[in-house]
Amino acid sequence: MTRRAWFSALLVVCLAAALTFLTLPVVAIFVDSTPGDLIASLGEPGALDALWLSLKATAASIAIILVVGTPAAYLLATRSFPGRAIVVTLIELPLVLPPAVAGIALLASVGPSGVLGGAIDAAGIELSFATAGVVVALTFVASPFYVRQAVAAFAAVDRSLLDASRTLGASEAHAFLRIMIPVALPGLAAGTALALGRALGEFGATLMFAGSFQGITQTVPLAIYDRFSTDFDSALALSAVLVAVSAAILLSVKLVRGGEALGIAPR
Amino acid sequence: MLRVEARHQLGELLLDVELAVKRGECLALAGPSGAGKTSLLRVAAGLLRPEQGRVDANWETWLDTERGIDVPAEQRRCGYVFQHYALFPHLSAWQNVAYPLRGLTRQERLARATELLERFGLAERADARPHTLSGGERQRVAVARALARGPEVLLLDEPLSALDARTRAVAARELGGVLRESEAPTVLVTHDFAEAAQLGDRVGIIDNGRVVQLGTPSELAATPRSAFVADFTGAVVLTGVARTAPSGATRVELDGGGTVTSTDAAEGLVAVSVYPWEIAIEPAGEAPHGSAENRLSAEVVSITTVGNRVRLGLAGPQPLVAEVTVASVERLGLNPGAQVVATWQAAATRLVSV
Repeated sequence: MTRRAWFSALLVVCLAAALTFLTLPVVAIFVDSTPGDLIASLGEPGALDALWLSLKATAASIAIILVVGTPAAYLLATRSFPGRAIVVTLIELPLVLPPAVAGIALLASVGPSGVLGGAIDAAGIELSFATAGVVVALTFVASPFYVRQAVAAFAAVDRSLLDASRTLGASEAHAFLRIMIPVALPGLAAGTALALGRALGEFGATLMFAGSFQGITQTVPLAIYDRFSTDFDSALALSAVLVAVSAAILLSVKLVRGGEALGIAPR
Repeated sequence: MLRVEARHQLGELLLDVELAVKRGECLALAGPSGAGKTSLLRVAAGLLRPEQGRVDANWETWLDTERGIDVPAEQRRCGYVFQHYALFPHLSAWQNVAYPLRGLTRQERLARATELLERFGLAERADARPHTLSGGERQRVAVARALARGPEVLLLDEPLSALDARTRAVAARELGGVLRESEAPTVLVTHDFAEAAQLGDRVGIIDNGRVVQLGTPSELAATPRSAFVADFTGAVVLTGVARTAPSGATRVELDGGGTVTSTDAAEGLVAVSVYPWEIAIEPAGEAPHGSAENRLSAEVVSITTVGNRVRLGLAGPQPLVAEVTVASVERLGLNPGAQVVATWQAAATRLVSV
């Protein structure tokens, strides 16, 4: 064999190893139980509760992330000010925090005995061991995924579009809604999908900050952890559901990206 | 009436410009990239606030840094055509044109936009997105959009430079018609002197942040005030030392050898400028057959056909460019390497002290 062929063979072997290692566990979830088993174990009330709670909490946190994160990302993308780089780094920090650290950080800040705990309690808001706490945990870990992507998407929009909008008599708020958001939409959608995936799979911070109470704070990942030692089939069924949802999210990101490549979205 | 005064440091470049454009007039500013052309338009439009400056449009003051007046860009009624048109990619042609029309119903906006698109021959492209339009169509949509609000001032940044050569000629003619019809004082900037000469009632040459000469295109070409202007207007520029000859004409000893005569008066170091179309070509070694006073031996190094004209690159004591007819190239049997004599009149030779 020539040296070049050896190298190609090495590349192929590495790819095959990676592919096997990464797909085998996921495939196993579906192989280990029949579809009938999966559906049957989903009938169990705790499992449905967890699914419903995951969807509710994720939807709420994504809504918060979009409403607050989109204007914040626009500001970061279109203005330069002293300390901008520091602000961006601080916003991205939760990306690299271990989930356990995120949980501790939330407890120390907005937990019952945290820095802001008294004020939150006085306002009559209950976070720990409440669904609202789950939303806080999901928002904390998922928002950097969206904001980061949204800043990049806004920054990539040709600035002369904003200038054009101004010379055509439109306010910046008008341009933000009518020009910037539509033009940056593929990037914003990709960021939303990433945040959605992260929020759906959130485990550590939720467990530490909100606890694991069925129907109140027990999301699907917590429910899987709760029953993997006692009811493996039901844990498998919930896992399968998460795999399906996550795959759907990944696929939709690819489709949006594909649209971009096909020239549906602007350069 | 539009008056713009601006002093503004832009990195290395000090923009220092003062100009006035009358109602119905188009001032074309030509200059190399980085001369401050776009910045000047941005000052007028309110997209760039200069350190010192004043902008008056008709009877309104848009900017006066001394009095602290700065009308925001969205309230100045400027029609601005951006260099790459800046069409909104997610909106159709008619929606782009209708963007500045607010406070109207969708029906009214559609009607007004369609009317404008019809005027630009784009009625059937109303629903097309910018990326499906050709370069020339995009340019027309951008101009239509800039005119939609009935601007008080029209600003055009390199409106033709994004077009290919063939489209550009047609687009330039159409744009010329639009500018003649428009009553709004207009400033157009371009890096191409020929384009400025075609579209501007007056042409300003801008270099290094300053307008170095202002006049009609023929004034600039006939009496360039500096070597830069001469060079920029397309002239061949040679350098040498001038002294007055007994005949009253000026003799210039060229750097690198050769002598030329000019009817302009000058002493000392000068730039000699002559337009390529003033230069005729004769075969080497023949007796002079024209009345041209200036004769320089040169070798043909390049032959480029531009339309029905041919540009000859010539290597002599200093490089020269001559523009001749296709027929004369054929008659002389010119090929790269041919030895020729470049000839032109003393009266066509401009001298500028350097």
